[in-house]
Amino acid sequence: MSHLAFRLRSLLAGAATLGLAAGPATAELVISNWDGYMAPDAVANFATESGEAAEMVVHATNEEIMGKLIASGGAGYDVVFVSSPFAEVLRNLNLLEPIDPAKVPNLANLYPEATELPHDPGNTFSVPYAWGTTGLCYRSDLVSPEPQSWNDLLHPAEAQAGKITLLGTDRWLLAAGFLAKGYSVNETNQAKIDEVEADLIEAKKTMLAFDDTTFYSKLVSGEATLVHAWDGWCNYGITENPAIKFAVPTEGSDLWVDTMVVMKASQNKDGAFKFINYILDAKNHAWAAENILYKVPNKPAMESLSAEMSATYPNMAMTPAELLKLEQLRDVGDASRAYAKAVSAIKAAQ
Amino acid sequence: MIPFNARSTFLMAPALAWLTALMVVPCALILALGFFRRGVYGGIEYTFTLENFALLGDPLYAGIFLTSARIAGTATLIAVVIGYAAAYAIAAAPRHRQPTLLFFAVLPFWSNYLIRTYAWIVLLNREGLITQGLRLIGYEGEPPSLLYTEGAVITGLVYNYLPFVILACYAPLSRMNPELAEASRDLGASAFTTFRRVILPMTVPGIAAGAVFVFVLSIGNFITPALLGGGRFQMIGNLVYAQFLTANDWPFGAALSMALIALMMGLLTLQAFVAERAGGRGPSDG
Repeated sequence: MSHLAFRLRSLLAGAATLGLAAGPATAELVISNWDGYMAPDAVANFATESGEAAEMVVHATNEEIMGKLIASGGAGYDVVFVSSPFAEVLRNLNLLEPIDPAKVPNLANLYPEATELPHDPGNTFSVPYAWGTTGLCYRSDLVSPEPQSWNDLLHPAEAQAGKITLLGTDRWLLAAGFLAKGYSVNETNQAKIDEVEADLIEAKKTMLAFDDTTFYSKLVSGEATLVHAWDGWCNYGITENPAIKFAVPTEGSDLWVDTMVVMKASQNKDGAFKFINYILDAKNHAWAAENILYKVPNKPAMESLSAEMSATYPNMAMTPAELLKLEQLRDVGDASRAYAKAVSAIKAAQ
Repeated sequence: MIPFNARSTFLMAPALAWLTALMVVPCALILALGFFRRGVYGGIEYTFTLENFALLGDPLYAGIFLTSARIAGTATLIAVVIGYAAAYAIAAAPRHRQPTLLFFAVLPFWSNYLIRTYAWIVLLNREGLITQGLRLIGYEGEPPSLLYTEGAVITGLVYNYLPFVILACYAPLSRMNPELAEASRDLGASAFTTFRRVILPMTVPGIAAGAVFVFVLSIGNFITPALLGGGRFQMIGNLVYAQFLTANDWPFGAALSMALIALMMGLLTLQAFVAERAGGRGPSDG
């Protein structure tokens, strides 16, 4: 996922525009998204088409935009793109406007599965934008037998030792440990968190690095042979080397969903719904799938993709039913502190 | 004519306003944040608590402080040895060459810190330039693991902060009266004794300034351990970064920052003390 992982590009852009991006300007509609996560001209085209004045601002991570939204009570933003656990938090803080289906007719384009997601059945406060999973991304020419379990990642064969990267972001790093043990990706039991912490400290001995941003280029260069990856980002490696493959481990994996939400503090809620409706248009939504190589939960948009695309990028061929078999990442409330501490301990261990 | 005091107040005003608005106020806000509680959803709950500061004593976090101090300390030691030698060589070079040599010493500052750090990734990674170079001369074994090690982190820190040591040591070395060293030798001291008893004591303030610079910048650094350490090494800077940007625990992040700032202020005070003591000892400026 392009977001939790701060991409270098976003980091540089963020550093350069830190002061400027901090507070949205006076334009009527303010839309905040991850940098590069939608068509660069989407907001401008929407403005022309709808006659609404709209401005796009970017955030590098969920946490960054959450900090701003919580500090301002949501004021200054209209539509925000966040991952579903964060949308749940915003809803719990009573910062979100309920989605008015009458004003978003293109909701009809969503797959039925996308309207019944565990975090928000009926899309009452969030509209899914992209979804996918996490798994093993590897060089099929250098790893044999081909990996199929989370334990191949955490406790690899001798030949793979030192050539493995893991995602370093709290939720996904721990998810790899939870899934290897058959636990829930939303585990809140402290004893199980401790157990997985110890297991991941052990796994550190056979890994090269934690990497949320450049793991696919490490595969391309051969510096790494097996990496923990988001499905769409594994595709960036596949583009450069067809020997790179993606597999969802046999134990299962997580389902992540990035969503669009409307802030209760918005001064132009009708405009905000119009924007969401614009994105849900099959043609506009297909842009994300074609260019970012992530699945979108939009049926006509996915059906408009070329057959070649799902042949090249097998994750694009995963059906919504297959995705829904995976366990969705949910907000874990106060356990997020235990998660953060476990991740600090894993990273600090020598 | 404006009286002296009024004029100096007038001249100081912009700098003071700048410092107050951009240093004192933000630091005070961060300090205050450290005394509140993190809300369940990552916001700030305005109830007074000391638990964030108490948490600093937790073995996990205290251990991260110690690791950071060890890494920063090693980087400082190496930077001082290399930097002092370089400064000595520059100060000993013919006067007209010195500006050119100093220019080369600070040349890396002309490019961005991130880009300089990325250059080390290009050099050190398993399929990087060093491995390719080794293969070129016939090496066929397993490529060396140079990147994502503590050595790589220390190398990055030394490389980036070395110019500070060179500049800090060059200043007293270049101002030193060469007749003092001559007098020492005339009185029968060996070259080593002359260095140890005459030159070194007079340049201690420069060494202290350079060392404190490297240490303070290294211990709070988070980019180098993230990039060259591959996230395998957690320094305080990374921990602070994580509290603000991923864990959303601003109060604890604030407490960590304050502990770091207190440590840095302590070191700067110590350095000022060293400088003053050395300065008061005798005619150091020749």
